[in-house]
Amino acid sequence: MKKIKSINDFVVRFANVNGSGSASANNLFAKAIFRLGVPVSPKNIFPSNIQGLPTWYEVRVNEDGFLGRRGGVDMAVAVNHQTLFNDYQEVLPGGYFLYDSTRELSDKFTREDITTMGIPFTTLCNSEFKNPKLRQLLRNIIYVGSLSFLLDLDFSILTDSIQTQFKKKPKLAEPNIKALELGYDYAKEHFPGVCKLSVRKSDKLGDDILMDGNSAFALGAVYAGATVTGWYPITPSTSVVEAFERYVNRFRIEDDTGRRKAAIIQAEDELAAIGIVVGACWNGARAFTSTSGPGISLMSEFIGLAYFAEIPAVLVDVQRTGPSTGMPTRTQQGDLLSCAYASHGDTKNVLLFPCDPKECFDLGAEAFDLADRLQTPVFVMSDLDLGMNDHISGPLQWDDSRRYDRGKVLSAEDLDTLKEQWGRYRDVDGDGICYRTYPGTHPTKGAFVTRGTSHNEYAGYTEESPIYQAGMERLLVKWQTARSLVPAPRIKIRDIDYKVGVIFFGTTTHAAYEAISRFSKRGLKINSMRLRAFPFQDEVIEFINDHRTIFLIEQNRDAQLRTMLMVENGISPGKLQSVLNFDGLPVTADFITDKIQALLADEDPATRKVAKGGAA
Amino acid sequence: MSFERPTFRHPKLAQNSAGYTRKDYEGAISTLCAGCGHDSTTNALIQACFELAIEPHRVAKMSGIGCSSKTPAYLLSRSHGFNSIHGRMPSVATGANMANRELLYIGISGDGDTASIGMGQFAHALRRNLNLNYICMNNGCYGLTKGQDSATADKGSAGKKGIPNPYSSIDLCELAIELGASYVARGFSGDKQQLVPLIKGAFAHNGLAFIDVISPCVTFNNTATSTKSYEYVRDHIEATNTFDFVPLQQEILAQYPEGTSQEVVMHDGSIIHLHKADSTTDVTDRLIAVNNLEREKVKGRLLTGLLYVNPNITDTHDIINSSLRPLNTLTETDLCPGSSALQKINQSLR
Repeated sequence: MKKIKSINDFVVRFANVNGSGSASANNLFAKAIFRLGVPVSPKNIFPSNIQGLPTWYEVRVNEDGFLGRRGGVDMAVAVNHQTLFNDYQEVLPGGYFLYDSTRELSDKFTREDITTMGIPFTTLCNSEFKNPKLRQLLRNIIYVGSLSFLLDLDFSILTDSIQTQFKKKPKLAEPNIKALELGYDYAKEHFPGVCKLSVRKSDKLGDDILMDGNSAFALGAVYAGATVTGWYPITPSTSVVEAFERYVNRFRIEDDTGRRKAAIIQAEDELAAIGIVVGACWNGARAFTSTSGPGISLMSEFIGLAYFAEIPAVLVDVQRTGPSTGMPTRTQQGDLLSCAYASHGDTKNVLLFPCDPKECFDLGAEAFDLADRLQTPVFVMSDLDLGMNDHISGPLQWDDSRRYDRGKVLSAEDLDTLKEQWGRYRDVDGDGICYRTYPGTHPTKGAFVTRGTSHNEYAGYTEESPIYQAGMERLLVKWQTARSLVPAPRIKIRDIDYKVGVIFFGTTTHAAYEAISRFSKRGLKINSMRLRAFPFQDEVIEFINDHRTIFLIEQNRDAQLRTMLMVENGISPGKLQSVLNFDGLPVTADFITDKIQALLADEDPATRKVAKGGAA
Repeated sequence: MSFERPTFRHPKLAQNSAGYTRKDYEGAISTLCAGCGHDSTTNALIQACFELAIEPHRVAKMSGIGCSSKTPAYLLSRSHGFNSIHGRMPSVATGANMANRELLYIGISGDGDTASIGMGQFAHALRRNLNLNYICMNNGCYGLTKGQDSATADKGSAGKKGIPNPYSSIDLCELAIELGASYVARGFSGDKQQLVPLIKGAFAHNGLAFIDVISPCVTFNNTATSTKSYEYVRDHIEATNTFDFVPLQQEILAQYPEGTSQEVVMHDGSIIHLHKADSTTDVTDRLIAVNNLEREKVKGRLLTGLLYVNPNITDTHDIINSSLRPLNTLTETDLCPGSSALQKINQSLR
């Protein structure tokens, strides 16, 4: 058997039972690798359940910094009996299977192409620790200790982490360190030189941070001056508001009163959550809600009101696998169409596509400026993978001279000095954006009734067709203005003469760049464009027009972004060949490579008739 | 379509203490049916605002959808209004109030908007004790869609179509008290004398003040067989109390025999002075309030007046401990932690 041999480039998958305290042990492992300066990407693959079902934690280590999922497992750490055989089978040939040998493996575990290592974690744990509550947690720490030996992972990094974690409770640090030692010593005694995977200190991370996207968005909202949030708990978005509250408690307490400079309202449902946001934004505060697909469905009527009455609102959609309740704890990019066109009637909404925590922070903060400037709902399209998993990311930055762009709002003084009659829906600048007033601004000027019914330029109710139609057309002028304001795509031209381009967005980014790099090594320099916003700018269309073939990678079944490019920009369906991953797990570089490989093989302009894509 | 009111007024119109005339509180001309109870309620709101010398532009008028929800256009044209979506006035008002706690919020809803589609939001705004004056113009039917029964229509009551309502009705006042409301009253659009002080008391209340205003629909539900017709309501009304609303720092002039009056000091120091028909009732007792409603219901009578009040209660802002300053006035200096704090966060994430 040829063992997989690698320094700083492998995938370890932990198989645990959820609710057993494995998360903190697994985090300890991933964070230790991060602290050694080695690029690492942990992903939690968990059930919609609190206790007792299988859960996995996949850690990708990659010196080159490719941090999407790769595909395949080099080492399994199997401590969940329910899934033991599956976990065994998933190990790549030449890989390693580390299991809890307290219980013997059955006869069917017969693979000879992998290295099987049994360590009696439960026995070791139970003979050392008497407290039954601690036992369960410490059993997990023991396997981290074993990994430290097997992977040559600096032991002191682990003990340092434990000491930092329990700074305030040093009594708890002690058994944790003991558990690490137990695992380390056992592995050292029984498996010296067996494992050929190792972690070596590196300097690839510079000043990078390890953070989850939901916290990063929440922090962006704090920095952007959001003061009101209406929200309703839903996986995987709940931790957005939890993080927002944490940061508010840290940064927004008034010294003199002890009161909070924020109003966080847990609403009775998603309808009320978005209603609170719309009411607050109408009244001049910055407000947001965080939700997932089912919440967007419920919020749609309000989103249409905000679009038509032109009220800013920021929504972060941490997408999960739909339709319906779908797979609530799995990821997807499945809400593009439902957000872009939320609500009945003709509506179009601005979408932003962050790809890492830094962008969750940056685009999150920018969403508030855009919403105020455009007086319309703006969606930050995150997903479960980005929102709930830790990702390596550049450090967060804020320019202290930055001022909030509150858009076109008239003060009392403005109203007094206006030369012409003011109308809430009069487009005096020709950009489709009109001037608004906050309630209570002026004793006699600037008041109006906001309504979802059709209105004239002065906000009065109207059923006159030409006036209604002119208003709807002005909203399209505003949509054109939005194109010039939303963040530009990131285009990488690797070979100006090679007419194959790939388009992707959000969490597909990392795996896509890895796949592109693999093709580059084979001499195929594929150009790429990472979309960051909807509506699409001219350069998006130019990139598509400049290439003969475009591969469009999405994490949904129906190629929703492809539909948007076709519908909004008249891109020919034949031009856009879809690569679609919708298994609920973050897309892998292997998947993208294989699909593009196959499509390239088919690529013969003479014989090709219809490109593969969504049914729409 | 909305029609503006002519601006001409008698030059010697009476002014209130803030220097406003009644006209400063008016809105566009109503397009509701002639004789609609809602217009009388609108007038009562105008009267209350005028008499209390409220600055018109410091009021926000919130509504949902329905005949009642159109009325914000017919009062206080110097105030901002928000005619939102069906059943969702409470959430929009919640957001608005969170953004600026200093305005006076008048939420106008109807029985369809409140007791059916908006039941959830009604309940939860009460639970949070949002500082909102919630006026439900209750006519027992859906006027804009031509007279279907609503959830507050009494069992057996029949409107223009002549078909008796087979379902039991929801008593919004009783429900509000049970849900923890802190100011609950019932008025009749045909009795302005009672309604105006009820509205004034609501304005002084620090929290959600709910007023169920029986407001007959002259077009679809003013029949001899309806229990929400003008005639039926007049015949079956039972006032639990009559009262004066005494604004802060004004003297109480009238004197009543001992045991027949009760004073309730509101959060802002103003006083509600009640003259009770029955000296045994206490409007600050929830249990008595619910019992009174049930007792009169059995007799087929509709209890009006101030039904329940708890003046010592905290509103949403105080419950969540949010700033006393309007959140919509806070700037970068108040809100943004700045780059040095961010560097510390980065450091903690390494």
